[in-house]
Amino acid sequence: MIASNPVRYRAYVPVGVEEALEQKAAIENLLPIAGGTEVMVLLNEGLLAPCPVQSLHQLAGDWRGIRESDGSLIIGALATYTDVRHHPVVCERYPLLVESAKVTGALQIQNRGTLVGNIVNGSPAADTVPALFVYEANIRLLSSSGERVISINEFYTGYRKTILRSDELISEIILPAPPDGARHYYRKVGTRAAQAISKVVVAGIRTDHETKLAWGSVGPTTLRALKTEKAIAGGASPEEAAVVLMEELAPMDDIRSTRNYRLAVSRNLVMDFIHKTKE
Amino acid sequence: MTIRMTINGREYETDAHPMMPLLDVLRESCRLTGTKYGCGEGECGACTVIMNDELVMSCMVPVMQAGGAEIETVEGLARVAENGEEILHPVQQAFLECGGAQCGICTPGMVMAGVHHLRHPDRAPGGLREALEGNLCRCTGYSAIFRAMEQAAKTGHPE
Repeated sequence: MIASNPVRYRAYVPVGVEEALEQKAAIENLLPIAGGTEVMVLLNEGLLAPCPVQSLHQLAGDWRGIRESDGSLIIGALATYTDVRHHPVVCERYPLLVESAKVTGALQIQNRGTLVGNIVNGSPAADTVPALFVYEANIRLLSSSGERVISINEFYTGYRKTILRSDELISEIILPAPPDGARHYYRKVGTRAAQAISKVVVAGIRTDHETKLAWGSVGPTTLRALKTEKAIAGGASPEEAAVVLMEELAPMDDIRSTRNYRLAVSRNLVMDFIHKTKE
Repeated sequence: MTIRMTINGREYETDAHPMMPLLDVLRESCRLTGTKYGCGEGECGACTVIMNDELVMSCMVPVMQAGGAEIETVEGLARVAENGEEILHPVQQAFLECGGAQCGICTPGMVMAGVHHLRHPDRAPGGLREALEGNLCRCTGYSAIFRAMEQAAKTGHPE
């Protein structure tokens, strides 16, 4: 059963966005949760330092939707993996999001966890973040003093470090239309096919002129392999691209895998990517 | 903060702390011990219940988020017939007939995931294996569990 004393986590339940932002600005160390699938693990195991918690579930009316706007797709901060997986526009235009949501936990987790939670948690092993990187998603950050929209490619500054200020909440993900005729590629490699955390995860899109590749679990943050992308777009062979990639990744030995295994798998994946997205 | 919810059709009220996992409230406050604690980290599915018609792991739901919700646990599946006899849900009956339980710890969660799958097959486009992906059986009794689910799908559900 639960190993923490819940009394040490004072709960705040804002009923509107304004109130949520006021609390975020005023209360030190306030930890926002959506479905709680990350925070409850720590709580159950007694690993969460006491802190006030802000449950955003009452904001579902404002923030759970997925809608189109000016050619972009807007995914609200409380949209779950399940919402994303079954949304017709996501299915049609952003297949990498469908793929990555499908391999994040099982249905029970997908019903509760959110894409924005996956982003803000900051894990380099996040499964949906590489897909968001290659789609060049923007995220909207709100605070009671204003808002800013930044590229997800600029959100992470280091291992579990982001540019999010303590008074800010992410309200939505903004996805530009993917390039016409793009071929999509997604692979997650874990210990088993279901319910495992990634050892290596990659998302890629490719057109006749352009390649985008984002990698997870092979560096302190999710990262784009820009030199490899350029090499592939310039016609590099799979073997040549793999050589370039090896210089761009910085995996570590950790509890889930080793640096060498991750490099070997990444090498194979980039070659597979080139073959499978040829035309 | 008093939290109200409906569990298996009955109104419940709890003064549990808002961050208390729903699982602990079900087991300790409501004495509904059919739902099991397995891993506490969303990997095993032993604590699976249905909340507002969605499959969830109750160890990962802070009880404040269950306020106003309709919860279904394994205790709510069987019906009582007019003659007073208890009639198991077809998924429970099939587990019984096919030997779908060995040690039994995964069974309540597995049964709830199975019941939900029969109601909403569209939620798992990959079929039964995907529907039960979040439920681990440490006795590795999966073949019997899959047979039970196939049988239950044929006998239909009385809901």
